[in-house]
Amino acid sequence: MPTPIDREEVQRLLAKRAQLVEVLPPDEYRDEHLPGAMNIPLKTLDAETTGPLDRSRPLIVYCYDYQ
Amino acid sequence: MSPRAAWRLEALGFTQVHDYVAGKADWGSAGLRLEGDNPSNTRVSAYVRGDVPTCHLDERLRDVRQRLSESGWDLCFVVNEQHVLLGRLSKRALRSEDDASVEEAMTPGPSTIRPSARLEAIVERMQRQNLTNLPVTTSDGRLVGVLLRETAERALQG
Repeated sequence: MPTPIDREEVQRLLAKRAQLVEVLPPDEYRDEHLPGAMNIPLKTLDAETTGPLDRSRPLIVYCYDYQ
Repeated sequence: MSPRAAWRLEALGFTQVHDYVAGKADWGSAGLRLEGDNPSNTRVSAYVRGDVPTCHLDERLRDVRQRLSESGWDLCFVVNEQHVLLGRLSKRALRSEDDASVEEAMTPGPSTIRPSARLEAIVERMQRQNLTNLPVTTSDGRLVGVLLRETAERALQG
């Protein structure tokens, strides 16, 4: 079950080499994103697009806000 | 959107999935850096003065005035122990001879802006409403600092 986390927990996990994924469309990602985040839009999430992700490390997903 | 993505990733076999539900709006609102083609230097966060004076409800106006006269500021925000913004002391209150408590003298519930707000839109609002400054808070109400219109206008002029 995915774990909801807050900003402090994001920072803590990033210090432990967590991966960041923004799931918004590419234009919104290009506009701005968290440092080090990669972009995999929700509509394209599949085995192929997530292939580069490391399954042994924590994974943090985010969008703009509570949408 | 991110909860659906998180569930989708679990379905794809990922076992350490975390959902930062408040997202990049929350990140920016805390004044943390964002990257991209339209990054944080067009946001309020880049121009916030974090050294704006603050005071507490139970202080006396006389003591606050004394402190401000040494700092050179002519405004002061009222915060609680968690640094949540409760009010502001107007120039009129600060200039008065009264020695009321801060709680009696303050203007409660001032309008606020987030650090992630676009500078251009905020300057337009300040000009329209004839505001010289606006308090900047996080989405949970904690005071980050103040945006001075003069600073913001200068920034937009490049």
